[in-house]
Amino acid sequence: MFYRESGDFKTSYAADQQTFPIRFDRVVVTLVLIFAFAVVPFVINDYWEKSILLPFLVWSLAALGLNILTGYCGQVSLGTGGFMAVGAYACYKLTTGFPDLNIIFVVLLSGGITAMVGIIFGLPSLRIKGFYLAVATLASQFFLVWLFNKVPWFYNYSASGQITMPERTVFGIAVTGSEATPWATYLFGLIFVVAFAFIARNLTRGRLGRSWMAIRDMDIAAEIIGVPPLQAKLSAFAVSSFYIGLSGALFFGVYLGAAEPTEAFGIDKSFLVLFMIIIGGLGSIFGSFVGAAFMVLLPVLFKNIMVGGFGWPTDMVQHFIFMLVGGLIMFFLIVEPHGLAQLWRVAKEKLRLWPFPH
Amino acid sequence: MSPLVLNTIEVMLNGLMTGIMYSLVALGFVLIFKASGIFNYAQGVMALFAALTLVGFQSGQIPFSHLINVIFGTNLHNWGPGMNAFLAILLTIAVMILLAWLVEKFVLRHLVNQEPIILFMATIGLAFFMEGLGDLMWGANIKVLDVGIPSGGSFWWEDVTRTWASEGSDYFGMYIDVLDVWAAGIAIVLVVVLTLFSQYTKTGRALRAVADDHQAALTVGISLRTIWVVVWSIAGFVALVAGIMWGSKSGIQFSLSLIALKALPVLILGGFTSIPGAIIGGLIIGVGEKLFEFAIGPMIGGATENWFAYVLALVFLMFRPQGLYGEKIIERV
Repeated sequence: MFYRESGDFKTSYAADQQTFPIRFDRVVVTLVLIFAFAVVPFVINDYWEKSILLPFLVWSLAALGLNILTGYCGQVSLGTGGFMAVGAYACYKLTTGFPDLNIIFVVLLSGGITAMVGIIFGLPSLRIKGFYLAVATLASQFFLVWLFNKVPWFYNYSASGQITMPERTVFGIAVTGSEATPWATYLFGLIFVVAFAFIARNLTRGRLGRSWMAIRDMDIAAEIIGVPPLQAKLSAFAVSSFYIGLSGALFFGVYLGAAEPTEAFGIDKSFLVLFMIIIGGLGSIFGSFVGAAFMVLLPVLFKNIMVGGFGWPTDMVQHFIFMLVGGLIMFFLIVEPHGLAQLWRVAKEKLRLWPFPH
Repeated sequence: MSPLVLNTIEVMLNGLMTGIMYSLVALGFVLIFKASGIFNYAQGVMALFAALTLVGFQSGQIPFSHLINVIFGTNLHNWGPGMNAFLAILLTIAVMILLAWLVEKFVLRHLVNQEPIILFMATIGLAFFMEGLGDLMWGANIKVLDVGIPSGGSFWWEDVTRTWASEGSDYFGMYIDVLDVWAAGIAIVLVVVLTLFSQYTKTGRALRAVADDHQAALTVGISLRTIWVVVWSIAGFVALVAGIMWGSKSGIQFSLSLIALKALPVLILGGFTSIPGAIIGGLIIGVGEKLFEFAIGPMIGGATENWFAYVLALVFLMFRPQGLYGEKIIERV
């Protein structure tokens, strides 16, 4: 009734191939985008920017990246934190090395550099599968973080070993550094997220995405029907690392402003992103956003209720959140292994038939 | 012998001791993987949880006292002076068995026939859950564990090795922690007991049957659920032993759960299904990382132990994807 796939006739090939072929989807996405671009920047304040919106944008980019690799191509990776560190350090070196380069290009280039590193660490995936690959990606996690700690060139020989983002502007408006206003940083992140979400959506619908999914579903069978595993796996690693690199650059440059590798890009970040895509839904662009929103909002919500409402000490609430997140992961895997995105698919089924039961 | 040779030997010996500690954790992984095909990421957290529970019993802490105090405004912390180590260990084993039963009842039972990777991720969830639970039950402060195992450097060994050095060189003998030697001894006993158990008892035979073929085991009347509880209990026991050893060595704290990550390359090297593999993999990783740190570490900035094991495993996998003793991987469409 509300959600209709039929009756929406297309007269041109282009219209049939558009990103959202169903009118309902198109309308909803447009409304959300209008809200995000035209309403939120006017009402955003410092709290919402720092603790909810900006982390959500950064983590949804990272979740998109990991979902491309794990959800679409079936290669489990625990190296997300390490790749985010690559993005962050590339961003730092590029901004300090080329002060005149626009920050937009810096972020894009950071993604490109991370993609190259990702390809190198993706090479073992040609021989190793499943758990073994997951463990092998741990090598990238620990090695990269160690590298950024130990080689002074990466942090410009600063005494503290920290990296700090200088102020950079887009069209004269500061988007990084301490002077940046909440709406500017928010819009800066949002533009990246929206642009690359569209690209991801279209990549996964195209030839490349289909070859990833063929590899995921059964790599040997895919190889036999002519999907080149080398290209498919390495391109998944490259694209995924590109996204994760972008998110790392934004995480450091726009959100944190200053970072220290062991703390900012530790193994817990890898797990965080993995949880996002499990809860959101493996192999779903929409799921990456839902998962990121869920994992960003949950701790904030519980902190507000338990610390603000009940007055419990923060460390105890932290333990509660740990239990809750762990419990939820198990719950989701048991009840709905396809994540929250599946719930939306089920809801669509219902909407399609409503008000008739069959 | 020159001091350099002796130093190298010392590093290798210490590497062997560390390797045994890794093997202890890896052993728990292998047991569960063999019997249920589940790659139990929570093994490290189980060790942490077991050690926390042990200390809690020993010192007479009231579980959840922190939480109870906050909710009811009371001021509880201890129910008494505590109990002796032996009793505390027995009680902790009971807790680990209870935990195994709960895990089977609430998690594993519902995940039968799921893909291995889903089960793996479920155990990551379990790890997070238990980490929060352990901290909530017993408090997150760093605790000292002492069950009466001697520790500290061995003077006897230092004196013996001093005489090995060539005349005139100032060499002061090797340092070996007595605790590590004890850990090695206990690990050997544990492996022997586990082997005897799986070879000569009825339950042990059932375990091996399940490991060989789930469905065939079911048809001859072996209850998978019971076996899973048994296996998780044994893994809990192994976790307790590992927790005691690591806890006595470096105190009980969050970082204990990270040794699970160190056990992963050990498993890759040894193969997921082989108990001797876990031991030998642990030894190789232990010696390898200590030697690498000793020989090459100073040149590239040190702290290479953080990643050496993983990179070694990665390189190793390129040549032998099934590990040293693993079963050959056969792939069919």
